[in-house]
Amino acid sequence: MPFEIKINGTDHAVDVDGDIPLLWVLRDVLGMTGTKFGCGKALCGACTVHLNGNAVRSCVFPVGSIGESEITTIEAIGETPAGQKIQKAWLDLEVIQCGYCQPGQIMSASALIATNPNPTDADIDAAMAGNICRCGTYVRIRKAIKQAAKDSHAPSQGG
Amino acid sequence: MLGRPIKPEAEAGPPERSGLSRRAVLLAGAAAGGGLLLSFSMPSLFTPRSAAATISFEPDAFIRIGQDGSVTLIIPQVEMGQGTFTSCPMLLAEELEVDLSQVQVAQAPPSDKLYGNSLVGFQVTGGSTSIRAFYQPLREAGATARTLLIAAAAATWGVDASTCRAEKGEVIHTPTGRTLSYGALADKAATVPPPSNVALKDPKDFTLIGTSAKRLDTPDKVNGDTVYGIDVKIPGMKIGTVAACPVFGGKVKSVDDSKALAVNGVGQVLKIDNAVCVVADNMGAAKKGLEALNIAWDEGPNAKLTTADIVAEMAKVSETEGVIARNDGDVVGALAGASAKLDAIYELPFLAHTTMEPPNCTVHVRPDGCDIWVGIQVMSRAQAVAAQITGLPPEKVTVHNHMLGGGFGRRLEVDFIAQAVAFAKQVDGPLKIVWTREEDVQHDMYRPYFYDRLAAGLDASGAPIAWSHRICGSSIIARWAPPAFKDGYDFDTVDGAVELPYSLPNVRVEYVRNEPKGIPTAFWRSVGPSHNIFVVESFIDELAAAAKKDPVEFRRALLDKSPRAKAVLDLAAEKAGWGEPLPQGAGRGVSVQTVFGTYMAQVAEVEVAKDGVVNVKRITCAVDCGIAINPDTIEAQVESAIIYGLTAALHGEITLKDGRVEQSNFDTYPALRINEIPAIDVHTLKNFEAPGGMGEPGTSAIAPAVTNAIFAATGVRLRKLPVDTSKLKS
Repeated sequence: MPFEIKINGTDHAVDVDGDIPLLWVLRDVLGMTGTKFGCGKALCGACTVHLNGNAVRSCVFPVGSIGESEITTIEAIGETPAGQKIQKAWLDLEVIQCGYCQPGQIMSASALIATNPNPTDADIDAAMAGNICRCGTYVRIRKAIKQAAKDSHAPSQGG
Repeated sequence: MLGRPIKPEAEAGPPERSGLSRRAVLLAGAAAGGGLLLSFSMPSLFTPRSAAATISFEPDAFIRIGQDGSVTLIIPQVEMGQGTFTSCPMLLAEELEVDLSQVQVAQAPPSDKLYGNSLVGFQVTGGSTSIRAFYQPLREAGATARTLLIAAAAATWGVDASTCRAEKGEVIHTPTGRTLSYGALADKAATVPPPSNVALKDPKDFTLIGTSAKRLDTPDKVNGDTVYGIDVKIPGMKIGTVAACPVFGGKVKSVDDSKALAVNGVGQVLKIDNAVCVVADNMGAAKKGLEALNIAWDEGPNAKLTTADIVAEMAKVSETEGVIARNDGDVVGALAGASAKLDAIYELPFLAHTTMEPPNCTVHVRPDGCDIWVGIQVMSRAQAVAAQITGLPPEKVTVHNHMLGGGFGRRLEVDFIAQAVAFAKQVDGPLKIVWTREEDVQHDMYRPYFYDRLAAGLDASGAPIAWSHRICGSSIIARWAPPAFKDGYDFDTVDGAVELPYSLPNVRVEYVRNEPKGIPTAFWRSVGPSHNIFVVESFIDELAAAAKKDPVEFRRALLDKSPRAKAVLDLAAEKAGWGEPLPQGAGRGVSVQTVFGTYMAQVAEVEVAKDGVVNVKRITCAVDCGIAINPDTIEAQVESAIIYGLTAALHGEITLKDGRVEQSNFDTYPALRINEIPAIDVHTLKNFEAPGGMGEPGTSAIAPAVTNAIFAATGVRLRKLPVDTSKLKS
């Protein structure tokens, strides 16, 4: 069944059953492999994308439910101010090891700081506890989110 | 075991404490497209020195310096997060006198002959060996290239080479300030006979080694550009997902695929002896197809197997005497004369690896060749297994290795590659097979269960006078590297239990091999020490308690002959505030280990709630890994290894019922999440000793630190992992 979906500002026509999760449409139909498969049950967060700016797990999100919503993936998150700051902090603090879960981590973290300029530890826990990292980069993820949030406070914005 | 080659001590011959005494055989020549090419070959355990010396010049190995000055390191090791794609180039760049940014990394093809890991004997990334194996050869290669380039410049200028120096990719004639770039010198350098011996830098003069250089692999990992095995896109490729018989050793009896084939996007259903594969246009359709299959299994002899059956068998065979791994003094006599005698049984569970990137492999089998796209820790084994299954000669099998989305030992096995090739043989064109997480958890090859019996004696003053440790469990080496398994002795399974940091007068360590039926076993991050350090450091803690001594003081008194172990213990205790008062229900525990060539101590601080729930609040880790190549990577590896080990200590357990693994995904085989992790402080001692391994030590050290802290907090001694909170209710 054909669908029109908007990903990273571009419309794509795809012809799959409506119950196929968005993850597989991104990876196998459109060839956008930055979004990762980790569990298939919204347990690990590796597949996180943004749906109208909110973090969602694409492995359980049926492509037929997207409708007019706008999808943003890791491939384009660097074009958003929050995504750019998160990516920079990730590199500055050398967060990444194997890197496989990091697209999902970065998408969750970007959604957090885009809406919450001063995340507390509890806010970070709430936003990031759905993202598993088997390399155990959590210590640095927490630091990097705080640094990125601090970078968002340009002095002109009142710090 | 400090950097010992993978070989039993008894057969080791003259002492070679690490790969460092083995000099690489270096060859230099012209690169095919111009420029300088350096090839080196490491004599390995299974290759006599004389044979290694006759290896001819091979055009693809190891270091290329192009006419444009580019430096390419053809790296045999694989990157799975541990940072080897940065630390290995640092070794080369330091001696070659180039900026790290000038070095490009290219993955070597499979070849045990060219790219064998000197500590293991073939091409493998594992066992925390990469830096230990390549510290010397990569520096020698860099220094040799630098020497050749300087000689070429000196000849060009008609000056003495001793008046020239190398700096940032150029040779400089010091008296006149003239310079020539490496690129301009590469062709000429290729004609200079390589020196038989080159002077390496004094480590005190290092300018790159020892700095926290930025990782070379991470910029592509923040925007989705990095291609893991699971990401490959080959024209015409189909996607498959599989179900293997849920009972190990079982087979496919029959398959009704009518409903699966009716799923939109599903093309084929394939069978092999013990598994079924649904081939589709995308993984979503393949998964739907898999769920629609009706498979009848012949479950075979393990259909009723439970973990309890396996453990009962181990409890029985562990009563028999094992192969002697160490026998100092008279343990039986010392035990008989002891003032206090302790006995204990320790148990560790089967564990899965759950790499974030599930097992996957893309294969294209043709009549005249086979291509494999994968991420694997053992490239030459991937090639060999594909050759075996296709009937093609190995040189017709091309392995395209990719970044690994985690290794942890899972990708030391090629079972999933063998399966993918067997299915891909049945299709036209390339087939990518991706395992679901459920398939991964239920068809892993698992860290073995261990069932260890211990006994020890104290004299009247509370000093230990006898130590007996009988290890019982699977030998992975016997299957994985048969030549290294001799007379029932498995150096890995006893690693961490034989060479104790402590001076003890009467010590006996035995190994009883027991292969559990119905469940395959394999290496898991921190390998042998993953079980032995828990047992040894817990039982030492029991001795301290029996002697009514402080756990740090008790250990300290036994470390006079291991000053580096004592130093890390002292540092961890000091930084953790050992001895400072804690509230009711809280406690500190310590562990010390000397494995992978690295000295480490950890102090865990825990709180145990009334309902038994354990909150691990803080880990303080002191490490002496000799010379630190990249201190930030070392710290990252300690954080990583601690969280990996803590996840297992608190939650990790694979169990069998009706022959089936009961766990299936991150809901039933949980991983620690960001809200569950302790604060981690890492303190690294600085020195110029030979480098130790850093990918794994943090994992083996954490479990006993935590359970010893639980003992301090509650008085309950946990002799079995994972932590059973029902035993901790107050």
